[in-house]
Amino acid sequence: MKKFLLDLEVKSKAWLNPAYALLVLTSPDRLPPILPGQFVEVRVDGSPATFLRRPISVHQVDYEKNELWLLVQVVGDGSRRLAELEAGDVLNVILPLGNGFSLPPRKDARVLLVGGGCGIAPLLYLGAYLRQQGYARCDFLLGARTAADLLQLDEYRRYGQVFTTTEDGSHGERGFVTHHPVMHEGGIDMIYACGPTPMMKAVARLAHEAGIACEVSLENTMACGLGACLCCVTDTTEGHVCVCTEGPVFNINILKWQI
Amino acid sequence: MADLSVNIAGLHLKNPVMTASGTFGYGTEYADFVDLSRLGGIIVKGTTIRDRQGNPYPRLAETPSGMLNAVGLQNKGVDYFIEHIYPAIRDIDTNIIVNVSGSEVADYVATAERLADLERIPAIELNISCPNVKQGGMAFGTSCASAAKVVEAVRKAYRKTLIVKLSPNVTDIAEIARAVEGAGADAVSLINTLLGMAINARTRRPVLSTVTGGLSGPAVKPVALRMVWQVARAVRVPVVGLGGIMTATDAVEFLLAGATAVQIGTANFIDPTVTLKVIDGIEAYLQENGFASVRDVVGALEV
Repeated sequence: MKKFLLDLEVKSKAWLNPAYALLVLTSPDRLPPILPGQFVEVRVDGSPATFLRRPISVHQVDYEKNELWLLVQVVGDGSRRLAELEAGDVLNVILPLGNGFSLPPRKDARVLLVGGGCGIAPLLYLGAYLRQQGYARCDFLLGARTAADLLQLDEYRRYGQVFTTTEDGSHGERGFVTHHPVMHEGGIDMIYACGPTPMMKAVARLAHEAGIACEVSLENTMACGLGACLCCVTDTTEGHVCVCTEGPVFNINILKWQI
Repeated sequence: MADLSVNIAGLHLKNPVMTASGTFGYGTEYADFVDLSRLGGIIVKGTTIRDRQGNPYPRLAETPSGMLNAVGLQNKGVDYFIEHIYPAIRDIDTNIIVNVSGSEVADYVATAERLADLERIPAIELNISCPNVKQGGMAFGTSCASAAKVVEAVRKAYRKTLIVKLSPNVTDIAEIARAVEGAGADAVSLINTLLGMAINARTRRPVLSTVTGGLSGPAVKPVALRMVWQVARAVRVPVVGLGGIMTATDAVEFLLAGATAVQIGTANFIDPTVTLKVIDGIEAYLQENGFASVRDVVGALEV
């Protein structure tokens, strides 16, 4: 897919909670084709502590409104600077990057999209895309620490049923996503997971044991995003490969995870 | 229009701007952003006699105005390059130069010999300065005797333009430059990355899997500029300057310090089109300052 270096305009910014902001970007030109699971590399201006671009998952693409959504978790100075952008500001972006999720095996397949923390971001666009492509059953299982950390639930509900877990039991089932009954009741054909590595490994283990196809989206630290610097590698059955070009989405059978 | 072309020991460059090894892949990674034929040269990823998996993840640490890497020369080996990569890049209208690395003199020689047969590879850059591999690499570049030994051996096997990339992790880089010039190098390029380290205080662990790594980016520019200036005064062969160049002004500073050409590395990660901006900016500098040729700027520093 052709990649672009674009100055996108911030159409709106909303704080979803004190740690997460939703950036809605737009452009006078039509946004290029972007697949669910792909990411962008944003340049962070005005942050002396931030030298490299930041890879960020594509949260949603709305071609009718010509909008690209990014979910920004404030972790350090760079992400704080991004979250402080306001409507009218300009963000320099390289996109689209990476491979994206593969499609489910059949149109009537039952797929479960499992997200934790900021890892829920790419699953919204994946859910929207699957529905738009005519896939029948797409449910979400979203985990967070507390109810306040569960974001955008109404957006996810537009595309499927939403199950939740919280560590303190303040919303949905108490515990981790792997404790939720939907993970154990059978009938799932494919799992897509994105979130903290321990969560993805736990989901991968369950999927592996149950013989369910499973893809995970990795977020290794990276510099170029283009497969040139070879910094973001993960170990696979094919040796070290770049997460930015061969991923960020990998089938769990390719990864050298001890699961 | 000012003349941007330069010559490195018989190698004609349409302009003095090349890309640094390991930062621009094989050029094709950047083809959506850069008309590759506009570049003075592309120095492709470090290539070794056999396939190398490189170091474990994590290989990257962001640092103030720069970054540390510990890639460790991951590449698929020279035969893979010749069979699968060279055919795809040979027709790019620029100088495609292969960076050659190794852990033994015989490996450097064998790799250089295989590349010598490739019609569209007019030069190699001998990497005797990679800080990220335990065996060899930088070890060759940190003493005059070992640097001269590997350059002499490769010189016998390789008749095209031989550029030797120097390590800044030495007491006196001019001395090493003189040694490789004496051993037959056609040109020297400097600097490779500076050995550095990053620590995560919260986890009390090093950030990089290898503990130490190579520092690049604008943080190293003053060191690079100083070393280019010292080496340009110490040798007669052309000097290729690199280290933290982000803008055309940075590039002009290296030319003034005595570099005949420059390489852009880490800046490609921030702005994939930076090389073109530097080329255009150098041309604007020449016009604004009344230089007919970029060659008139080389070494024009007034002290």
